[in-house]
Amino acid sequence: MNAPLYKLGYFGDETSMILAFVLGIGFGFFLERAGFGSARKLVAQFYLRDLAVFKVMFSAIITAMLGVTYLAWVGILDLSLVYLVPTHWIAQIIGGLLLGVGFVVGGYCPGTSIASSATGRIDGLVYVGGFAVGTLGFAIAWPLLEGLYSAGAIGPATLPGTFDLSHGLIVFAVVVLAVAGFAGATWVERKMAARDAAAATERAP
Amino acid sequence: MDSVTTVAADARPAKHAEPVRAAQPYTNPYVAGIGLGLVLLAAFVLVGRGLGASGAFNSTIAWVTSKLAPDYAHSNQFLAGYLPEDGHPLKAWLVFEVLGVAVGALLSGLLANRVSVTVERGPRISVAGRLALAFVGGILMAFGAAFARGCTSGQALTGGALLNLGSWMFMLCVFGGAYATAWFVRRQWR
Repeated sequence: MNAPLYKLGYFGDETSMILAFVLGIGFGFFLERAGFGSARKLVAQFYLRDLAVFKVMFSAIITAMLGVTYLAWVGILDLSLVYLVPTHWIAQIIGGLLLGVGFVVGGYCPGTSIASSATGRIDGLVYVGGFAVGTLGFAIAWPLLEGLYSAGAIGPATLPGTFDLSHGLIVFAVVVLAVAGFAGATWVERKMAARDAAAATERAP
Repeated sequence: MDSVTTVAADARPAKHAEPVRAAQPYTNPYVAGIGLGLVLLAAFVLVGRGLGASGAFNSTIAWVTSKLAPDYAHSNQFLAGYLPEDGHPLKAWLVFEVLGVAVGALLSGLLANRVSVTVERGPRISVAGRLALAFVGGILMAFGAAFARGCTSGQALTGGALLNLGSWMFMLCVFGGAYATAWFVRRQWR
């Protein structure tokens, strides 16, 4: 095993901070390339006009997932050393629903709001302000929310472990579902474009 | 660099303004996604963790609160988690990463003539209305990300690639919540 390099002591904290900055540049670059500095581009996902959010997200997930799986399989990467956020399923269902509502109301998620602010979007900057106020609000309300925050704690858990299926089988299923999803997404985009075009013709005198 | 002064707001051809240079179209989503995935894979291999965003906000708010009300910040369990015993609260991995996100996005935007000071909104909402909803959305999202222990980057992307159970449940709920709400705020966008 040669990786993860930082966890195996190849370099220290200082270097990991520099890497954080460099990796962040790559992250921000591709977010903006994809058009995710624009709220209208992002929320078009939820009006089925442009499913780029789904396409970008799942191509990224598949790429990283296949990379991790392969590197672990050939014995380069020790997957047990890669940090897995412990599952708190009740808190995460609540959090996910709130995030979904906030996404279509606010137009961004935290990462894309940084990309949009950096490219001049005032609404992105205001969203960042709202997020900061909300974070402080959550901290202040902590004594009330603490119970809910810890609800559904089951520790670090994975899909293969939970369903007692092999890692490779789940990886394969995710790839198949994503590729089917890509085809379906393009089909939906074309359908909606045709519908919008028909509606525009009808409205015209 | 003259591209800084470009006014075109998005990838669509501008209807009225006279752009210095037109904004370039966005990259193919699959190409951008693979690029993003390779950055994420590099984070796994080099540092042993994924990407994130909301954690940087937590560190920043914890630091600001510790300056204004040190006793309160250290007694608050949520904030105290982001205030290390030794070392500066802002010397956190995600803070550096998010600074990089801003730099990388600006770089990409400048190269494609997409940097412009503007408010993203649909044709049927005022600027004030849009900004109010952006602020409210930010607040909702902060609560959501805190409960979920991460956001679209830290949970959906990172946990998605690691087949993390909680992350996949989270991801389904994000899409569910957004689709369920879209109709109610359609005047903001369409």
